[in-house]
Amino acid sequence: MPSSLLWAVDVHGKVYTLSTASQYWELCRDASLEFKRLAAVKQCCWGIASDQQIYIYVHLNEVPIRYQEETFENQRWNPMDGFCDHLLPSDRWQWSDITGLKHQPLKEFKLASQHWEWESNWYVDENIGGEPTDKGGWTYAIDFPATYTKSKRWNSCVRRRRWIRYRRYKSCNTWAKIPSQNTGPLPDPFHDIAVGGWEITDEPLGHLSVWAVTVLGKVFYRENINDQNPEGSSWTEIQTVGEVVQIACGPCDLVCAVLWEGQLIMRKGLNRENPKGNSWQIIEPQNSGNGFVQVSVGVNVLWAVTRDRKMWFRRGVCSENPIGTGWICMNIEMMMVNVGLNDQVWGIGSEDRSIYFRQGVTPTEYSGKAWKVIVANRDQDRSSCASSATSLVSAGYFFGDEVRWPFQPSTSDVDFSLEMEGIAEGTENILETIERDGCPHNKDVASSCPESKCDAVTSVFENISFNDETSEKSPQPIFESTSAQSWLAGGRQALQDDAKLDDAHSGLSPVNLDLAETSSASAAAIYPFGIEEHYVTDEQSLWAWVSGGGCDIEAHTQLSWFNVQSGQTFSIQSFSSYPQQTVWRKQIVQQLIERSKREVDDFKHYEQAVEQSVWIKKGTMQWWRDGKPHKWTDVKVALEQFTGNDGKRDGIFFIYYTYNDEKKYLHLFLNEVTILVPIANEAKHSFAIYTPERTKQRWPIRLATVTEQDMYDWLAVLSLACFDSRGIHGPPSHQAIWSVTCKGDIFVSEPSPSLEATSHPMPSDQLYWRQIGGHLRMIECNNQGIVWGIGYDHTTWVYTGGHGGGFFQGLTGSTDNIYTQSDVMCVYIYENQRWNPLTGYSSRGLPTDRYMWSDASGLQECTKAHTKPPSQWTWVSDWYIDFNAPGGTDRNGWQFAADFPASYHGYKTMKDFVRRRRWARKCKTVTTGPWFEVAPIGLRDLSLIPSMSQSAGDQVALWAISTKGDVLCRMGVTKQNAMGVSWLHIGTDQPFVSVSIGTYYQVWAIAKDGSAFYRGSVSPQNSTGDCWYHIPSPSKQKLIQVSVGRTSVCAVDENGNLWFRQGISPSYPQGSVWKHVSTNVRKVSVGPLDQVWIVADKVQGSHSLSCGTVCHRLGVQPQEPIGSCWDYGIGGGWDYVTVRANSMDSSHSRVQSTPVQEPVKLPPTQNGTAGAKSIKSLVVEQHEPDGRAVKC
Amino acid sequence: MTDDRDVLRDVWFGRIPTCFVLSQDEITEREAEPYYLLLPRVSYLMLVTDKAKKHFQKVMRQEDVGEMWFEYEGVPLKWHYPIGLLFDLHASNTALPWNIIVHFKNFPETELLHCLTKDAVEAHFMSCIKEADALKHKGQVINEMQKKDHKHLWMGLQNDKFDQFWAINRKLMEYPTEEGGFRYVPFRIYQPLSDRPFIQKLFRPISSEGQPHNLGDLLKEMFPVALTSEDAEKQYQVVIHGIEPMLETPLQWLSEHLSYPDNFLHISILSVPRD
Repeated sequence: MPSSLLWAVDVHGKVYTLSTASQYWELCRDASLEFKRLAAVKQCCWGIASDQQIYIYVHLNEVPIRYQEETFENQRWNPMDGFCDHLLPSDRWQWSDITGLKHQPLKEFKLASQHWEWESNWYVDENIGGEPTDKGGWTYAIDFPATYTKSKRWNSCVRRRRWIRYRRYKSCNTWAKIPSQNTGPLPDPFHDIAVGGWEITDEPLGHLSVWAVTVLGKVFYRENINDQNPEGSSWTEIQTVGEVVQIACGPCDLVCAVLWEGQLIMRKGLNRENPKGNSWQIIEPQNSGNGFVQVSVGVNVLWAVTRDRKMWFRRGVCSENPIGTGWICMNIEMMMVNVGLNDQVWGIGSEDRSIYFRQGVTPTEYSGKAWKVIVANRDQDRSSCASSATSLVSAGYFFGDEVRWPFQPSTSDVDFSLEMEGIAEGTENILETIERDGCPHNKDVASSCPESKCDAVTSVFENISFNDETSEKSPQPIFESTSAQSWLAGGRQALQDDAKLDDAHSGLSPVNLDLAETSSASAAAIYPFGIEEHYVTDEQSLWAWVSGGGCDIEAHTQLSWFNVQSGQTFSIQSFSSYPQQTVWRKQIVQQLIERSKREVDDFKHYEQAVEQSVWIKKGTMQWWRDGKPHKWTDVKVALEQFTGNDGKRDGIFFIYYTYNDEKKYLHLFLNEVTILVPIANEAKHSFAIYTPERTKQRWPIRLATVTEQDMYDWLAVLSLACFDSRGIHGPPSHQAIWSVTCKGDIFVSEPSPSLEATSHPMPSDQLYWRQIGGHLRMIECNNQGIVWGIGYDHTTWVYTGGHGGGFFQGLTGSTDNIYTQSDVMCVYIYENQRWNPLTGYSSRGLPTDRYMWSDASGLQECTKAHTKPPSQWTWVSDWYIDFNAPGGTDRNGWQFAADFPASYHGYKTMKDFVRRRRWARKCKTVTTGPWFEVAPIGLRDLSLIPSMSQSAGDQVALWAISTKGDVLCRMGVTKQNAMGVSWLHIGTDQPFVSVSIGTYYQVWAIAKDGSAFYRGSVSPQNSTGDCWYHIPSPSKQKLIQVSVGRTSVCAVDENGNLWFRQGISPSYPQGSVWKHVSTNVRKVSVGPLDQVWIVADKVQGSHSLSCGTVCHRLGVQPQEPIGSCWDYGIGGGWDYVTVRANSMDSSHSRVQSTPVQEPVKLPPTQNGTAGAKSIKSLVVEQHEPDGRAVKC
Repeated sequence: MTDDRDVLRDVWFGRIPTCFVLSQDEITEREAEPYYLLLPRVSYLMLVTDKAKKHFQKVMRQEDVGEMWFEYEGVPLKWHYPIGLLFDLHASNTALPWNIIVHFKNFPETELLHCLTKDAVEAHFMSCIKEADALKHKGQVINEMQKKDHKHLWMGLQNDKFDQFWAINRKLMEYPTEEGGFRYVPFRIYQPLSDRPFIQKLFRPISSEGQPHNLGDLLKEMFPVALTSEDAEKQYQVVIHGIEPMLETPLQWLSEHLSYPDNFLHISILSVPRD
């Protein structure tokens, strides 16, 4: 997980950030201002400075914030002047917006604030729906408003063209003042601010809800904040039921405010359409008699502080019931509380002004377990702290890493059960009070003088205001630090004593330490070290405000905030120094090889001292019968492994079953197994075994185990046995072919030189695929061993050189360079409804209809309550309506159709009798694999250059498309540093979806409108090129993916057609025309030998049809780049394959191996016709495809 | 955390070709042929010499067969040292196979411990593992293991089952990530023909500045003579498992990967042979 930041303000108004990966508070880069309030989210932080004005601090991102301004120039034809600016009086403005209703001349566009700058001048957009227009960019129509086409016809009376200009936000990494409003009601000085709401809608991208409270108690909402417009546009006043002192806003639809009188009000009616909500509802107060002074909300939690500094947790808060069900009092006194991401909670202690973190907050226990104080130093303390560490070190002592924590306030680790007891008592009391007095406190609050209440509240807030100089000098901290010093003295004493002990030990030179001695030595080594640094160097920081809205912590996150450690910690981030690549390891491996030559190779005929016996592992499983009837049958299995005479281990896997009371068995030689692959099957823990024969049949052996653990144990054992029999050791080679299944499992295969041979190539069903830990959606590599992957959640990962993880736990794989990897994806179910004349749409369908809650096909019933996440995945959200379902939806998420099953559209017509909507729920998996996260930008596609240079220090070109469609170029990627350094943004006029870079720096990309673009002048010297050349897509097809090899360029469109770009030459790199190659293609990968591999749908095997099959184009030659036919490899169930690392040319080895034979002369192809004839589309049969292999 | 399966396998499957010859002193009924075996480096003599013992007993009278012991060039071989260590210490840089003389009488009481059954080897082996774990984890890992796990370690070694042994042993090689290594590295430094058996002291894998210690750092502390100054001619070889790792090799990594099954790094320091 990438590091994220916790923001805080100290009592002097200085802003600090604490990274989840760090132990030091860092002073905010722009320290010119003093702040009193902060509200942070991941991308930025909002704050109120001492001048009561609102500022925003936007983190500098490698992708700049750009805003596209557009305007249209309209012209009408008249016989005199042709097309000209003279429009009819009834026409639109000569310069207008797209609708024509708003007058928008170029010169009236002004920068929104001083924080923006123009990127370039206005220019004409010469692209209409993927088609390039003529020079000048004019599009023609009969009249306004109408459909415009690129070609001028006899009846084209009007024309228009689109002008665009970008402005760029320039005030990143600094506090930028939000301009005060020049129209509408001018808010008073601000007093409080809250940011949230990013999960309420994704339209527009990066929507944020910012709520602010003024000194006079009014509430304002900031309009139009999104990724392109971080400042928002204007303030809207929100009516309230009283004067507000403070406001809180969660990531979703919780917005809560505190009134002067101490009541809490919850905003109601917030939704996608209306993120502002429409009314307020009062939350019943707790009955201690003290009103609330501060509140914070998350997704499912509400925490608040009362006037007496007591901390309260609201039970049962959720989107459906935002006001919750009851109060729980926490047994700790806090000044303020703040809820961050994942409903994690921070607070500032009312006595010590330390920041506390609530540990153990999980979706099952939102109230958490215990408060823990954050003891990170501030960065200016670092130098002195380091010096004290060295001085101690120079004294020659060892220090234990165990840190004792003598000053932990008694409250810091309060057991939750104790709190709960207190709560139980408390609630009893409350109940009693209620019974006796009716409603006592509310009345009190209402009747008491509002003036004094106000005073009370302001005094509380004054206490934490930014210029609270006195508290620093208050007796409390001084007392603490003196006591610290006295303890410190004691500590030093103890330290010296222990040191003597240690000296004594080292004084005894060579001794055979026995157990007792060793353990006593270890006892001596425990020093309470580190804490003194904290106290000697500086007085404790006193905090005034904390905001965790940008701080991504989960229950399992390891934090180093809670103890001060000595010296430098070992950084696990330094993955680029692989042990595999260090000189000393290479030398050890080399010497071990020499040792084996010296000591073993000449003596192989000697008898082994220890005989290797046959090794058998047995078990019971279920087997999906080969013959009919196909069903799960109980079987016994046995893996028999033995060592051959040559010392090689091999094995046989037996499956014993009974058929018609007859005992039978099936056996598999492990050296014939080509893959072991887990199957996505909700009902069973099952996996498939393929051999070349079974790949041809599209009918693997399918086995199911009782438990998941059992399955992974067997997979690990069988995989190891396969490795043994194939002699596979260590990580994949730099030539490896990588692939990903539709389950997200990663497989890798070692190509042989004969794989791409022109004559008698090795059939691709013979490739052996082994699994590598991790979870990805796509993977790309090049021939230098650089591999990048993208997860389902668009997180980007770089390969670390390891080869274990996943179910290869412990020694069954290597754990070298294996890191934790997580991924998030959505599970979808459909709500189906049919229209009837009485009740309209209802969940009462026809008897023949599908389930009213179903999967996409409608065949399987899927209810919200009973749908489970896939195995190894856990829910991380609740069900929500998916408004992004393909085909579009109406404002309630419905899609309409005439009948089930049919094609759905996002609007209702007269002919529509059924409707459905898609519900999504996020789930998450945490696994391990040789992957290291490349934060923070999420990607959609990427491509690495198949490199010709093998020099390790050379830059490797890597192009990528971000989730938002930005084209990015990775800088600093080398063989040594596969992760690279930074992203460089390449401007485009529309979002892009796919990119690929060929051996000679040919960069091709696909835009969202389905057309292709070629990037001119990209070279090692000019890694970003100069401009885009627009290349229309094949007619009426929208391209979605492109892959560029040495000279070949292939693209796939949204209807599964594979296209080859013809006419490419060095002088004309864009080529001339798209040539159709094949249908039913999902993905294409063109390698550095111009080899073409695809993932295809609907491949017919002898037993069954498969979807998602890896196929290899045969007959690809320089004169025949399209090749002749497909060779079918592993599948179905595959999603992605990349052969861009395989530059192993077969010609070389072939010539060597068969020098005598006359090279086979292939008949010269008749120009054109041969290519066309030999294009064989994949089998298309009207079966329901059966994604047998991985999808069951 | 031990991970480098490739190195572990190579270390585990190291073999020493050995020629067992019956001592001249033994009375035999007929001439005893030498017996050739590939001995696993990581094992112990008493575990892997059953075949040789049977072979020689065939030519001897039952009453002449006493406790078996081994000698190489006049040095009785300590059965409680791993075979690889014995070879490195006494016979490296000599021609292969390794010629070991087998004795059945005149047990050198002052130099060797008695070993009547394999249980003695097991007891010794387990106590070494426990001592090593005491150094690495204050003994917490080994003590938390079940009896059957201990048995797996032993059986794995005895039957030369790499996977069985490492399935358990990997737990002994774990350490808290934040600490970057073991508490102390279990190591022993040997010299042939030395008065004292070996050097063993407390030494941390990570310096107090947080930097990883390497093999050179260890030697500097324990056996500075072994380090050659830059211009001087190399005097000593530092040998583990028959190889000479670079002095830059991190000690923690060495401990995880090049320890013998008893979890100790057995380091031999040998004089560089002169011609």
